[in-house]
Amino acid sequence: MSQLDNYAPVGKPALLTVEHLTMRFGGLVAIDDLSFTAHERDITALIGPNGAGKTTVFNCLTGFYKPTVGRITMKREGQDYLLEQMEGFRITRLAGVARTFQNIRLFSGMTVFENLIVAQHNHLMNASMFSIAGLLGLPRYRSAEKEAIELAKFWLHKTGLYERADNPASSLPYGAQRRLEIARAMCTKPRLLCLDEPAAGLNPKESGELNDLLLSIRTDQGIGVLLIEHDMSVVMKISDHVVVLDYGRKISDGAPYDVRNDENVIKAYLGEDEDEDLPPEIAADVGMQP
Amino acid sequence: MMDYFLQQLINGLTLGAVYGLIAIGYTMVYGIIGMINFAHGEIFMIGSFISLISFLILSSIGAFSAVFAILIVLLVTMIFTAVFGWSVERIAYRPLRDSFKLAPLISAIGMSIFLQSFVQVFQGARPKPLQPIMHGGIKLLEHDGFAVQISYLQIIIILLTVGLMIGFTAVIQQTPLGRSQRACEQDRTMAALLGVNVDRTISLTFVMGAALAAVAGLMFTLYYGVIDFFIGFLAGVKAFTAAVLGGIGSLPGAMLGGVLIGLIEAFWSAYFSIAYKDVAVFMVLVLVLIFRPTGLLGRPEVEKV
Repeated sequence: MSQLDNYAPVGKPALLTVEHLTMRFGGLVAIDDLSFTAHERDITALIGPNGAGKTTVFNCLTGFYKPTVGRITMKREGQDYLLEQMEGFRITRLAGVARTFQNIRLFSGMTVFENLIVAQHNHLMNASMFSIAGLLGLPRYRSAEKEAIELAKFWLHKTGLYERADNPASSLPYGAQRRLEIARAMCTKPRLLCLDEPAAGLNPKESGELNDLLLSIRTDQGIGVLLIEHDMSVVMKISDHVVVLDYGRKISDGAPYDVRNDENVIKAYLGEDEDEDLPPEIAADVGMQP
Repeated sequence: MMDYFLQQLINGLTLGAVYGLIAIGYTMVYGIIGMINFAHGEIFMIGSFISLISFLILSSIGAFSAVFAILIVLLVTMIFTAVFGWSVERIAYRPLRDSFKLAPLISAIGMSIFLQSFVQVFQGARPKPLQPIMHGGIKLLEHDGFAVQISYLQIIIILLTVGLMIGFTAVIQQTPLGRSQRACEQDRTMAALLGVNVDRTISLTFVMGAALAAVAGLMFTLYYGVIDFFIGFLAGVKAFTAAVLGGIGSLPGAMLGGVLIGLIEAFWSAYFSIAYKDVAVFMVLVLVLIFRPTGLLGRPEVEKV
């Protein structure tokens, strides 16, 4: 039998708990009774073949889908937030879940810097009392604005985008746009950062830089990261914990090394070994001895 | 000849200010939820009625200085009309937001008819006059017995409009509210994920649009001195033309379009035929739609394949 739930890190409490999550679209079962836990200060990778339901999990986490069955609990400052019952914008605001998408969704008409300021909307909106204090330039708003600018600068430096802060977001090269998305998500001050294939389309150098960025977010910022990724070099190198999905079910859960050697995982990715020899004529064509 | 031209320029600018203020409401709503709010002309009409009623109440209370009275009425009209704008969105558009694309459009036309009939029933169908609040003006130059004159009212209208547009641009460009509006305009889903309350942002967009239309309504009441329940239709369609001319979705475009439509109307009436002034305006709409569908300042829409 496969290893399910044999991952229990020491000293890292649970951050996100998914219990018996099921998502049906009509007759199609996209996620089937999925339970897993993402821990604080951990990089948790959600992997699986195409169509395994990984993005659907993200959509349930961020309020796009209401799960058919199940409970998703996010812990923040000793309080439990049930994500499946919350409105989308409150999930970011209260529960501290930030996310990026497979395809880049920056505000392309705004500058790099403005993208990071929009992410701090709540903080600024509260300080500005619906823009009234903002227009009058009251001190309360000034100091909130200053903080927001500092945070934006911090992430601009961290992602190497400082020099391009005033460029339109759409003018950045692809790899930089990916980094900006992560910076923007971090500007919402999340507890959990959900990244949907952040390494897709990156070259090896950029992919290496992304690894460093994610490791630093985990270690220096103490933020939990939940990652969907196909690039196994990224997954195996940086994740602490891997959850494998196939056809909406969890087939393996554990540390990267254990998961890699799990036979269920190998089967899901490479197909079953069907113990059937090639027909002789084809075997001859490809130069195999029957 | 020159002085006649100058006089028409002043008249056209005044008219353009009114159209520009209404056009902003069209363009903002289009920008954020991608629909034409056909009830917006009616919001303008309601604004003019509220301002008329407030003036009558004020004058029955007692004597105020004209400028002071206008300021009070301005505030009252903006607040009450904004409530109408908010309710229209809440009742007629929000429930249909995720419905098919034509549904909110039909709902908007329904809302427009409803508001018109509402005012017709409660205020009567006859035109309502208002005694001129302000008299006099400044003679700019006099030549061969023809005086170029700018009335105090025109000065107030133009200054107020310029002031509002500067303030309004500052809100959109520099405040958190404006940023969240621009964010919702570009990607509503992503904005929500960053913690922006999209529903509230859309509501506030309607409120702001309605407040500006209210100012336009007040100006119309003061300038023409006669209003009825049907003024919203023509003014609304002309302001919509202005928004399209400037490039729908573009705020500076709406302002520019409003001024241009006002000028076209004034000059056409002056040099050609006053009876055909509306035809001239709508010819512009036709020409813009044929030759420059994105408008003067609109960005061409690039469809990604």
